[in-house]
Amino acid sequence: MNDFEMNLRKDFPILNDSFAYLDNAATSQKPLSVIQAVEDYYKTSNANPLRGIYDLSVAATEKYEAARLSVKKFINASKKAEIVFTRNATESVNLVAYSYGMSFINEGDEIIVSILEHHSNMLPWQNVAKAKNATLKYLYCDENGVINPSDLEELITDKTALVAITQVSNVIGRTNDIKSFAKIAHEYGAVILCDGAQSVPHMKVDVTDLDVDFLVFSGHKMLAPMGIGVLYGKSELLKKMPPFLYGGEMIESVTVDGATFARIPTKFEAGTVNVGGAVGLHAAIDYINNITMDEIVKREEELTKYAYERMSEIKHLTIIGSEDYKEHHGIITFDIDDCHPHDVADILGGLGVDVRAGHHCAQPLLKHIGHPVTTRASIAFYNVKEDIDRLIDALKGVRRTLGYGE
Amino acid sequence: MENKTIYTEIITDHNVDPYHKHEIEGANLILEGVNPSCGDDITLSLKVEDDVVVDGAYQGVGCAISQASADIMLDLVIGKTKDEALRLSDLFLNMIRSEITEEELEELEEAGLLKDIAHNPSRTKCAVLGWRTLREMFGVEFEYEEE
Repeated sequence: MNDFEMNLRKDFPILNDSFAYLDNAATSQKPLSVIQAVEDYYKTSNANPLRGIYDLSVAATEKYEAARLSVKKFINASKKAEIVFTRNATESVNLVAYSYGMSFINEGDEIIVSILEHHSNMLPWQNVAKAKNATLKYLYCDENGVINPSDLEELITDKTALVAITQVSNVIGRTNDIKSFAKIAHEYGAVILCDGAQSVPHMKVDVTDLDVDFLVFSGHKMLAPMGIGVLYGKSELLKKMPPFLYGGEMIESVTVDGATFARIPTKFEAGTVNVGGAVGLHAAIDYINNITMDEIVKREEELTKYAYERMSEIKHLTIIGSEDYKEHHGIITFDIDDCHPHDVADILGGLGVDVRAGHHCAQPLLKHIGHPVTTRASIAFYNVKEDIDRLIDALKGVRRTLGYGE
Repeated sequence: MENKTIYTEIITDHNVDPYHKHEIEGANLILEGVNPSCGDDITLSLKVEDDVVVDGAYQGVGCAISQASADIMLDLVIGKTKDEALRLSDLFLNMIRSEITEEELEELEEAGLLKDIAHNPSRTKCAVLGWRTLREMFGVEFEYEEE
């Protein structure tokens, strides 16, 4: 561990040398600056924002809107109003499904969903298709998880209303060429929703360049607290969409007969919002910008390379997905012959190596690629080689622990 | 770190070289038990005559804990009456709830090695799968609830 890494790890109070946290695709750890920003907000600026006239409420409103501005810049949206705060990526997809989907997807229309999707970007579309009598079509990947733009071209038709696809798979770590998918979707008059939960924390994501209509992501996977998420939507779409949740704060005026609704993004933020979470997300973005996304990408790529090479040397271990470490983006999902992933994760956990086991909320994908349950190690920039070494040492003992000799 | 002790040689032997993982002739009670969230899946076959379990076996896939626990259970219940088998399942569930005496634990023989799984709520369902299926086969409701 060099000095830079020692200092980096000191930023994260939870990290120490007694364990290797390698479940970063599930949730990231939080730097002290994020924890302190949330604490500071509640100590100095807490009030119900948006409605109060007094100074404290104004301060809370300013912090909340400053967070929105920082997200806008972070993903290069053209307007601050295109950033809607939600609880997480799941809620963001549901917002689009219930509001856009239920209003603008009609009987006979098609919805295209990639087989790579996390259940959160699949079930809402199954639900819309069922409710609206639309046709749900799946965009399948090959055995290495590849979906080419030409695959979408073959599947898409003039009836396609929406394409839902992830930028980075949470199981195999491969990136999809979202810019090309968006171009194809638009040629056919469809809108495209991109799941950025696994990409936004780990690479530069520019919604203007990608030209996606919707981007969803969670704060908690990118150093921020749990309970704050983002929906980016193009303003012309958000404007024509009906509210998702009805109630306080999202209105302009209310009578006993009805209401007129606030402008975007407030229209989609019913009820008292999560200012503390937004402030934490703002601090997380500051942290990322300070260390720089280039440095994060570089570190994560180096660690992925090291982990991939060392894991490849282990007998009876099969890595799922690409044979090129560059196509894993910190996510290495694997099988060990004869060993059930829950036993693997249990044994690793006992040795201070935290990994995820199971179906990773992507059952259709795992069934498609023929590995119904797997174990996943996922890397973040604050991991170090020592974490990988700990993983490798633990992996080498798994089969012996389970009684299979070597 | 206590979970390391779960994978003792006896447990892994029951998983790697199970005694009762095969088909049997003349089974008159057959039931599949599944843990949907983790994919543990066993099919238990029992041959019961005059309320005595004269033979039993299982087939299935799943983690070492689920498979070994089913194998050990069959060791215990083959040759026992239905009531004796159900009493053992009561003891096993009590053990998982950490509500068992030392004497009762001894009655569970090798199944008692799974006692420490109680400290790991995400794995208790694996250990319980075989016993749960057995109870259901005998028409006894499975009342163990995960936390």
